[in-house]
Amino acid sequence: MTAHAFTLSGAPLSALPTGALYWAEAGVLAVADLHLGKAERLARRGGALLPPYDTAETLTRLEAEIARCAPRTIVCLGDSFDDDAAARALPPGAEDRLLRLMAGRRWVWIAGNHDPGPVTLPGTHLAEWREGPLTFRHIAQPGETAEISGHYHPKARLSLGGRRIARPCFLADAARVILPAFGAYTGGLATDAPVLDALMGQEAIAILTGARAVPLPMRPAQGPTPRPLRGDGG
Amino acid sequence: MLMPETFEGWFAARGWTIHPHQRAMLDRAGAPALLLIAPTGGGKTLAGFLPTLAEIAKDPVPGLHTLYISPLKALTADIGRNLRRPVEEMGLPIRIEDRTGDTTRTQRRRQRADPPHILLTTPESLALLLSYEDAPRIFAGLKRVIVDEIHALAESKRGDQLMLGLSRLSSLCPGLRRVGLSATVEDPPALARFLARHPDPCEILTADPGPAPDIAMLDTGAAPPWAGGGGRYAIPAVLDQIARHRTTLIFHNTRAQAELFFRDLWLANEDALPVAIHHGSLSREAREKVEQAMAAGALRAVVCTGSLDLGIDWGDVDLVIQVGAPKNVKRLVQRIGRANHRYNAPSKALLVPANRFEVVECVAALQAVRENDLDGEARGPGPGDVLCQHILATAAAGPFEADALFAEITTAGPYAGLTRARFDACLDFAATGGYALRAYDRWQRLKRQPDGRWALRDPRAAQAIRMNLGTIVEEEKLKVRLKPARGGAALGEIEEAFAATLTPGDSFLIGGQVVRYEGLREMVVEVSRSPGREPKIAVFAGTKFATSTRLSDRILTMFRAPDWPDLPAHTAEWLAMQRDVSRLPERDRLLVETFPHEGRQHLCIYGFAGRNAQQTLGLLVTQRMEAAELAPLGFVSTDYATLIWGLDEVTAPQDLMDSNGLRTAFDEWLAGNAVMKRTFRTSAVIAGLIERNLPGRRKTGRQATFSSDILYDTLMKYDPGHLLLEITREEAMKGLVDFGRIEAMLARVRGRIDHVRRPRVTPLAAPLFLEAGRIPVQGAAEQRLIDAAAERLMAEAGLA
Repeated sequence: MTAHAFTLSGAPLSALPTGALYWAEAGVLAVADLHLGKAERLARRGGALLPPYDTAETLTRLEAEIARCAPRTIVCLGDSFDDDAAARALPPGAEDRLLRLMAGRRWVWIAGNHDPGPVTLPGTHLAEWREGPLTFRHIAQPGETAEISGHYHPKARLSLGGRRIARPCFLADAARVILPAFGAYTGGLATDAPVLDALMGQEAIAILTGARAVPLPMRPAQGPTPRPLRGDGG
Repeated sequence: MLMPETFEGWFAARGWTIHPHQRAMLDRAGAPALLLIAPTGGGKTLAGFLPTLAEIAKDPVPGLHTLYISPLKALTADIGRNLRRPVEEMGLPIRIEDRTGDTTRTQRRRQRADPPHILLTTPESLALLLSYEDAPRIFAGLKRVIVDEIHALAESKRGDQLMLGLSRLSSLCPGLRRVGLSATVEDPPALARFLARHPDPCEILTADPGPAPDIAMLDTGAAPPWAGGGGRYAIPAVLDQIARHRTTLIFHNTRAQAELFFRDLWLANEDALPVAIHHGSLSREAREKVEQAMAAGALRAVVCTGSLDLGIDWGDVDLVIQVGAPKNVKRLVQRIGRANHRYNAPSKALLVPANRFEVVECVAALQAVRENDLDGEARGPGPGDVLCQHILATAAAGPFEADALFAEITTAGPYAGLTRARFDACLDFAATGGYALRAYDRWQRLKRQPDGRWALRDPRAAQAIRMNLGTIVEEEKLKVRLKPARGGAALGEIEEAFAATLTPGDSFLIGGQVVRYEGLREMVVEVSRSPGREPKIAVFAGTKFATSTRLSDRILTMFRAPDWPDLPAHTAEWLAMQRDVSRLPERDRLLVETFPHEGRQHLCIYGFAGRNAQQTLGLLVTQRMEAAELAPLGFVSTDYATLIWGLDEVTAPQDLMDSNGLRTAFDEWLAGNAVMKRTFRTSAVIAGLIERNLPGRRKTGRQATFSSDILYDTLMKYDPGHLLLEITREEAMKGLVDFGRIEAMLARVRGRIDHVRRPRVTPLAAPLFLEAGRIPVQGAAEQRLIDAAAERLMAEAGLA
C-alpha cells in the first residue's frame, strides 16, 4: 500500500490508495462523500432494491483507514449521508459503529448538498473548517487556495494501448485538492468535465486510487497519446 | 375450416393456387397450437393469417381477433402492407394495425381504447401492453396469436419473455390458439414444446422444403490470406458475381468486416454498380434508405450483417454470398434461403472463406448442408432473470395471487419444469430484494395485502418497471456525428467501450467512409471526414457467433485424414505444414503450443470449443498463470483456439489445463471477472435490479448511476448465496461464458494433452495475431504497466 505524498500551501499531505487524505503532521484524516444510507434511500423512493451492504462496506473501509493512520481528527467533507432521512435512520448497527469510531477523537462533519448536517450525531457540524493553512469544505470555490474539498467524485480515465482503465482519483494543483468519493455506491465524474477543467490549474495532477496511489497529469499532453504498449490491450 | 369463396376467387384471379401447407393450416385452424415449418418464400405468413382472415370475414365482430408477433419492428410494418392488400382487394371489413416502439403515443392510446382486428407487434410491446391495468379489456375476445420467425425468437431470452406473455394471455383469453411460423430447424418437436401451452399438444406441419440449394465456394483464382477476416481478397470475383446477378446479398459476420469490405468493394467498383451497406450500427435513416432502395429494385448488391437475416421480403435477391466462415450450418441454410423467394426454385449461394482456416470450415459446412445435417445447441430451461421481470410486470398490471401466477407460469413451455421453490425465490427477490440481511421490510417493492394478494407498495413504481421491460441489454452506445461545422449529419453509433479507446486523430470506418475522431462532446462522438486515409482502426463490435459443436467436430474429423483432396491446394499445404512443424489438433486430444514472438512468450490452446468458451478458457488459464506468477498480459480467442501472451514462458501447460484445477478456478473466478460481471449486469438489468440507461435519460454531469461491478463485488462479499448470483452462474454455463462447452471438451480429452514447443509462431497460430478483441489480464502485470505509463506521462508533462 503506497500513498502519494505532496504539499499544499506548505502542508505535507498523503493521498491514500483508498481515496482518503492524510495530513500526518496535524493528525487529520479527511474523507469525502461517504453517502451512507444510499441503498436505503433508493428503496424508500420505490426504486430498485440494491444490495443493502453499502453502508457496512463504507464503514469497514473507514475503520481500516482509521486503524492504519490513528488520526486525532477525522473530517468528513460533506454528503456523508445520502439524505437527512438516511442520517436519522441508519441501517441497524451502523450508528453504533460510527459512535465507536468517533470515541476519543475530534470529528468534524462538513455540510454537503445531500446532508445539511447530521444533527443527531455527535461531533462538530460546520459549513467549512479551517485548520492551520488549510480550509476544508464540501464544494471547491473558484479563486480559493489551500482548499480541500469533495463533492465531484472525480474519476480518471486512462487509455493504455487500447486498454481502458477508469478509477476514482484525487485532483490536486497548487491551490486545492479534490477528493474522490469514499462511499461504496458512488458514480464518478470524468476529469475532463468542464467544471473540473475550469477549477484545476494547468499543472494539475490526478492521483489514481487502487492498489496504490498513482499520480498522472490530469490532462494528457497535447496530441495523440503514444501507444507504447501495443498488443496488450483490448 | 373451409376457404371462403371470396378467397378462392382472389387466388384464382392472380393465377395462384393455394399451397398444401396453407390448406393444412386452414384445415387445422381449431388446434390449440400449431407449428408450421416452411422455407422462405413458401407463403408462410399468409398460411398463418388465412384462418384469421376467414374467421373475421365470416363473423366480423369488433375487437381484437389475432395478435401477430415478430422479432423485428420493420417486419411488422412490412407484413401490415402485405396483408392489407388482399384484405382491401377482397373488400374484407378487417382493421390491421401495428404497434411497436415507433408507434405514436396517440395511436397507442387509441389502440388500447379501440383495438383493431389484427394487431402486429413485437415481444417487447406485448410485454408492455400486458403490464397495463386494462390488459384484460384490451385483449378481451382475442382468438389467435401468430408468432413469426419463432426459430429466431427461441434462441434468445426474448422468446422466454414472449412465452411468459402468452401464458398470461391464455389466462386472460381462455381458448386462445397459438401458431408458430418457423424456418428450417434441427429439432421441430423441441420448438413445438416451446410454443404450446403446457401440456397442450402441438401439431407440426412441414411444408415442402423445395429443391436443394445450389451452393459452392466462390472460386477467386487466388488463395485467401493467411490470416485476418473480411475476405477483401475476393472483391474482384465478388464484383464479377454481382454483375452476373440481379441482386446479391453479401453477408458478413461482423459490422467491422462489413465496413472494410464495403469500402474496398466501392473503390474497386469501376462500373459503378449500385451497391449499399446495411448493419445495426448505422443510423436508422441510413438503413431505411437502403431498405427502400432494395425494395424498389434499385440496388445490385447490399453488404450486410445479421441485420438482414430475418424477415422482409426483398423480392429479387438471386444470390447470397457469405463472407467469412458460416459458424453455424442452420443459420447458413436460413441465410441461403434469403436468395430466390420464388417457391420451388433453388436458392443460390457462394461461400467466401476469409482466411485459410476458414477454407476448412467452409468445406466442412458445405458437406453439412449437402447432408442436411443441421446443428443447434439444446435449449435450457427458462432463465430466472426473465422470470423476475415477468413477476414485476405482472404486479404493474395489478395485484396477483402467488399460487395462480405460479400455475400460469408453468404453462409456458420454457418454464414447464419450474419448481415452486425457484418461483418463490424470484417472487421474494421482486418483493424484498431477496437479501440475507432483511433490510427493506419497510420499503418492499411488492407487499402482501390483507387479502393475500401481492401488490406494488408504491403504485408509482409501475412506471419504472414498464420503462425497464425487455430482455435485450445492449452495450452503451454513443452517436457518431460529423462536426457541426461540417454538416453535423448522424452517421451511426459505436460502442462506448470502443469510443473510449479513441484518441483525437484516430481514424475509423463507419458507413463506408473513413472518419477522423475529433472528440467527445455531450455524449456524441464528433468526427470529420478523412477521405483517402487508411483507417487506423475499424473494430467496433458486432455480434460474434460461436462455431457450433457439430461443425467443429466435422473440422476435427477432417484433420484426421492423411490428405485433403476436397480442400484447395493452398489450404491443404498449410495444414500439411502445420502437421510437419507441430501437429494438427485432434478431437479426443488437446494440442497446446508454446513459442516466443516479439519479446513476449505465447501459449496457444486449440480447444475448438467455440469463441465464447475459448474466451472463458483464456480467462481461467490466465488466472491460473497469474497465481503461478507467470505474468500473463492478455489473450485473444477465436472459435478454435486461445492465444495467451505474457512475460514468462509456460513450461508445463498440462498443469494449467487439468480439469479439476480449471473447475476450481471457474468457481473462484466467478468472484472477480469482467465477463462474469457483464453476465451479471445483463441479468441484473433484466431482473430489475439496475435500471437500464435509456436514450435521452443519460446523465451528463456527475453520474447518478454507479457501476454494476460494484454491486457484483458487494454481493459476492456479503451475500454470496443471493438469487442473482445463482442466476449469473447459470447464465455462465452458456452464452458469453459457455463453461458448459469447456466441460464437454475436457471430458472428451481426459488429460490427453500434447505440448509442442516451437522457436517461432506456428502456421495454425498465425491468424490469431490479427484477431480483434484482445482481452487484458488485470493482474500484477497491469500495475507494472500503469506505473511505467504514469512515470512516462509525468515526465512528458514535466511534472516528475
